[in-house]
Amino acid sequence: MAVGLFIPCYIDQFYPDVAIATLEILERHGLEVAYPASQTCCGQPMANSGCVDDARPLAVRFLELFGDYEYVVAPSGSCVSMVKHHYEDHVSGLAGFQELKDKTYELCEFMTDVLCVETIDARFPYRVGLHESCHGLRELRMGKSSEVAGPNFSKTRRLLEMVEEIELCDLQRPDECCGFGGTFAINEEAVSCLMGLDRLADHEQAGTQVITATDMSCLMHLGGLISRQKKPIHMLHIAQILAGGRLPGEHH
Amino acid sequence: MNTTAENHSSKAGVFVSDSDKAHWHDSALWFVREKRDKQVNDVPEWEKLREAASAIKTHTVAQLDQYLQMFEQKATALGAKVHWAQNAREHNEIVHSILKNHGAQRVVKSKSMLTEECHLNPYLEQQGIDVVDTDLGERIVQLRKESPSHIVLPAIHIKKEEVGDLFHQHLGTDEGATDPSYLTEAARNHLREKFLAADAGITGVNFAIAETGGIVVCTNEGNADLGVTLPRLHIACMGIEKLIPRTKDLAVFLRLLARSATGQPITTYTSHFHGPQDDSELHIILLDNGRTSLRDQSDYQEALHCIRCGACMNTCPVYRRSGGHSYGTTVPGPIGSVLNPVSDSATHNSLPFACSLCGSCTDVCPIKIPLHHQLFTLRDQIRRNGNLALTKRIAMFLTGRILGSASLFRVVGRMGRWVMRGFPWLFHNRFNLWWKQRDMPPAPKQSFGAWYSANRKEKHR
Repeated sequence: MAVGLFIPCYIDQFYPDVAIATLEILERHGLEVAYPASQTCCGQPMANSGCVDDARPLAVRFLELFGDYEYVVAPSGSCVSMVKHHYEDHVSGLAGFQELKDKTYELCEFMTDVLCVETIDARFPYRVGLHESCHGLRELRMGKSSEVAGPNFSKTRRLLEMVEEIELCDLQRPDECCGFGGTFAINEEAVSCLMGLDRLADHEQAGTQVITATDMSCLMHLGGLISRQKKPIHMLHIAQILAGGRLPGEHH
Repeated sequence: MNTTAENHSSKAGVFVSDSDKAHWHDSALWFVREKRDKQVNDVPEWEKLREAASAIKTHTVAQLDQYLQMFEQKATALGAKVHWAQNAREHNEIVHSILKNHGAQRVVKSKSMLTEECHLNPYLEQQGIDVVDTDLGERIVQLRKESPSHIVLPAIHIKKEEVGDLFHQHLGTDEGATDPSYLTEAARNHLREKFLAADAGITGVNFAIAETGGIVVCTNEGNADLGVTLPRLHIACMGIEKLIPRTKDLAVFLRLLARSATGQPITTYTSHFHGPQDDSELHIILLDNGRTSLRDQSDYQEALHCIRCGACMNTCPVYRRSGGHSYGTTVPGPIGSVLNPVSDSATHNSLPFACSLCGSCTDVCPIKIPLHHQLFTLRDQIRRNGNLALTKRIAMFLTGRILGSASLFRVVGRMGRWVMRGFPWLFHNRFNLWWKQRDMPPAPKQSFGAWYSANRKEKHR
């Protein structure tokens, strides 16, 4: 099974460990993983800012680079939802796009839906607060959002529950937005930061030691606030926990 | 441009700067959202109701002209007088002419966002008519000479201490009194006098039934009933999108409306008016004011399905923390951020950006309006209309160019991280809005791309 690995631009630059953990998880499942070197970005920063024309070449490039793989996997619900929901206008006429939409997966949903993972060889003896990143939750439907009626489920939570010794914290608001929102974090700085601080307060009351999420962008924003406030909470992308990662400073 | 008085983020910044009040506001609305969730989870067919409501609205809007004609015919046959208004000015003039014909000087009005949209109160006051809003929240904002900050909870931004001061000043309640029961009783007595003295009652309309010509008004305070039962003149003001085809469709919408709005199974009063009462007149004004134009815009047409429940406001993490007045519009929040820029993107260009695209509004909407997708699309529309700040357009053009070339991206990334490591102070300044409350992300020496070519070279291509 040939998998094309898509690494979001800011993870490539700022969080290489998240990308390495993603790669390791896929390799551990015996997959043939390739990382096309000329990839850059899904185009979301431009599209979210209303500059859709500036995002178009990136959509075309994404299709060119990833169209031939059996699956495309990315450690980001947001970038995957960009491909699935917002590429339509740019590349819908091009060969292979409909297939690309169907075979592009966020890492966790790829693990639950394609690899049908039932056990995970990882141990993480901490109180973990799961931040349900909005685009994974409400665009990719990786879980039931609190607004919608029906039986509860969460693909990310299910995977975390397979990790040994992990303790998942209960939040008062299980799926409120962290306030990152791409350029929103800058355009609406005051509201964005208050939203983030409110999320942190919820995690603190729940006794969270480590916040995890499917999207590092949420954690970059929350982590920036934590670091400034010198709060004793750590940030790890879900791929890092599922790959058996440890906290910085922890001995093997 | 983005520096106009309508800019949401600057007004939101002021609201957020009083973080106690912002948190109080957030909690008050989240309380309503949780009440709503509890009600919703007690209805096993909730998602089916949402789908049915969406389908009924889609059907109705597609044949709006026919249903409007049917409604006019049936309502007229019941003895009501139907008027058509193209815009707010026409609407207000029609209301005034009806009042004038009856020599009506004192008017009581129940809650109607449509009359807020038309700025009916100031218009009638200019004509020397005394208009009193009889919904408690609306009366509070009217006495404060403000506009509602929420379409269902107009005074949600005002604390009970502020209401106490206001009532002390206007209604003569005890100074410093803040007990809600006491203040409500004072308002009730004050409004009772207004009801008894009124020459005419104005109401909004929640639903108009095409097959019967009847209208339905939902309130929790019974003020619509009082306001139109005592006087001999009832003027009902409605947008043309309030139409539903059949009486039985009401069963779908009434179950959705109050649960979504306030977390009640049904509003306390659901009043049906089929024609005028004995010895009375019922006038129904059908207003367009941009609704036909919205209907013709396929990207945003579904916004016309809105039943004004306010659930998108209660759930919106931005609305809850920035307050309704930060939107500078009659209808704020997610639905207001669609409706207002669609009709005037130059004035309201900041509203679609007052959104983190979390999608909660879309999931909470009882009519399944894809609000956050519409907000996403509107951003592009605003740029195409020339209403996106030039600095943003240039920034995004350059970002797009850098990301458009893998080699340029690698070079700029490597240089950027080098600067971040070596000269962090360059980023630690007030021009960097990220840094104002957040530390910068780490700037590792090696990107993943570089790590990959060093460690997985055989697979590199």
